[in-house]
Amino acid sequence: MSGRGDNPVILDLEGGSLRAVNARLQAENRTDSETYFRLLNPGGAHSLACGLDAPVLVGIEGHAGYFCAGMNQRAHVVVEGNAGQGVAENMMSGRVHVKGNSSQSAGATAHGGLLVIEGNAAARCGVSLKGADIVVKGSVGHMSMFMAQAGRLVVLGDAGDALGDSIYEARIYVRGKVGNLGADCVRKPMRDTHWKELKSLLQAAGCGNAETGGFQRYGSARELYHFKVGNVRAY
Amino acid sequence: MSGHTEKGSSGSGWGLRESHSFDRNSIHYIHEAARTGLYRIRGFGAKRRVPNFDDLLMKGASMSRYPLEGYREACETGVTLGTRYAEKPIHLEIPITIAGMSFGSLSANAKEALGRGANEAGTSTTTGDGGMTPEERQHSRLLVCQYLPSRYGVNPDDLRKADAIEIVVGQGAKPGGGGMLLGQKVTGRVAGMRTLPSGVDQRSACRHPDWTGPDDLAIKITELREITGWEKPIYIKCGAARPYYDTALSVKAGADVVVIDGMQGGTAATQDVFIEHVGQPTLVAVKEAVQALIDLDMHRKVQLVVGGGIRTGADVAKAIAMGADAVSIGTAALIALGDQNPELEAEYRAAGSGAGYWEDYQAGTDPAGITTQDPKLAKRLDPVVAGRRLANYLRVMTLEAQTIARACGKSHIRNLEPDDMVALTVEAAAMAGIPLAGTDWIPGQSRIRDM
Repeated sequence: MSGRGDNPVILDLEGGSLRAVNARLQAENRTDSETYFRLLNPGGAHSLACGLDAPVLVGIEGHAGYFCAGMNQRAHVVVEGNAGQGVAENMMSGRVHVKGNSSQSAGATAHGGLLVIEGNAAARCGVSLKGADIVVKGSVGHMSMFMAQAGRLVVLGDAGDALGDSIYEARIYVRGKVGNLGADCVRKPMRDTHWKELKSLLQAAGCGNAETGGFQRYGSARELYHFKVGNVRAY
Repeated sequence: MSGHTEKGSSGSGWGLRESHSFDRNSIHYIHEAARTGLYRIRGFGAKRRVPNFDDLLMKGASMSRYPLEGYREACETGVTLGTRYAEKPIHLEIPITIAGMSFGSLSANAKEALGRGANEAGTSTTTGDGGMTPEERQHSRLLVCQYLPSRYGVNPDDLRKADAIEIVVGQGAKPGGGGMLLGQKVTGRVAGMRTLPSGVDQRSACRHPDWTGPDDLAIKITELREITGWEKPIYIKCGAARPYYDTALSVKAGADVVVIDGMQGGTAATQDVFIEHVGQPTLVAVKEAVQALIDLDMHRKVQLVVGGGIRTGADVAKAIAMGADAVSIGTAALIALGDQNPELEAEYRAAGSGAGYWEDYQAGTDPAGITTQDPKLAKRLDPVVAGRRLANYLRVMTLEAQTIARACGKSHIRNLEPDDMVALTVEAAAMAGIPLAGTDWIPGQSRIRDM
């Protein structure tokens, strides 16, 4: 971890309680604190670094359990290992960076901010996304971006089945293979604005030099926006 | 003999006999299904007859129990919710809460009126699927923030502003179904709060996006507590699907309060077939939920709130006598605000409904200005006047429940007990677990114990 000085605040979950660790992190909430925290021995604990609201930097030096960095606001949380279910769920702003893989529902319902996953993300990545950006450098599982409403998902690897099922106005970019598309999700042309958008997301995720030639864009056909008899097969 | 018989204008003189199975409603349904090819979507709750609190009677007191003196001897009504884990449980002066109803399904004025009425009566109101509006927070002294599968408008700031958090697993009108809001009600503001395109027929998810089952839910509850500093009571709301197990699993997941909603509960919109054919009556919900709490030795430790078809102080008293800690009202609260007022009959007819038919809910054409997003209609509702009406109604229900409790010799409504009641019908006796009047018979009593 770098860029925040040499005096990190050390929080150790071995012998310390989750409540004490989160309370210490949340003590910076509603300030402009840029304190750097090193969270040692996370041991896959759930709800680590959730409910933060300050531009702090939190380095989680190991694996995190469910709902790591849940509802994040402004904080930069880095998971040096893998993250469990619902990492950065309902994030409002800030940045969450998973160095390993993530379990299902990564970035679920997130409204803002950027979630970067260096490895793979399991099923339902970006489910009900509401405006955040997600960049997965590996592949994503089935039903990713299910009912996603707004925001962007970039997948440098492959996507599983039923990608973007019942998607609203969110946009999906996939470089590899897509198992199949979910209801009302269609492939759309890559226009200049989309290449620019993709490039800027890749840069934000620290992979601005990635090969972009194979990317395809997916989004809503907007055929399921209204209940009508022609959609019966999709109901 | 069943069905309606009319004298025929011709033929043998046997008259015309209507079919009970294929009655006029069924024939109309088939014709409409054949014409449109799409199922019916409507608001409100079940219209079918199901056994309810009217099928129970309170015994009162005589030689074996002493009544309390009306108006002179106190009968307390307060209830505290969230005593299990929350650092800040909420105290209600009356055991009647306002159920979750969204801004979107209701106008902003209606939400404000609910807050005003609840404040005056000393109780809480609840957000809905769509998030918390500043108006309802401002006008609700005690506000429960719902946390639904759609997560529309969910953010940590609003959760921290709430007095309690209600995780909605399901609701009585559609246990197992997600919300719907037809495009007429998805106006710019509603769409903005839900991050949706304006005018879409909104479909909400029926399952939460980031947890499945009670083990996951326990972790989710811990996350919500961590985010809100362990202050807020966490409710879990379920529709009456399998109330015994739903309650037991909610307790296991760490709920402070369990909210069980019977099939008479209302909705902004969903499939008619869902409303009428899925879920169980409120009587069943109360009995099974209370039994689960008793079996876990958690009765009164985890509070139970029951909703679905509560209308009167007698309903309140009976639900509490069955073991609930409080009840919640939705449809009744809207009526108290002025919904379905017969004085607006002509306008309800013009909207394709009629006062008391609730066929305007889903379309958002309520001439009373309550279940609408039409600014002209919404403006008709004066939130101050409507709030006062709701407060009056809540007072009447409370006074009625107190009247019954005093008659049964109880100095607190909570002290009402199953032994204070009898059932009028075999069905109600079985469903509520209350002996049929004149007998000590509770049909199927062994079922819960054997489960």
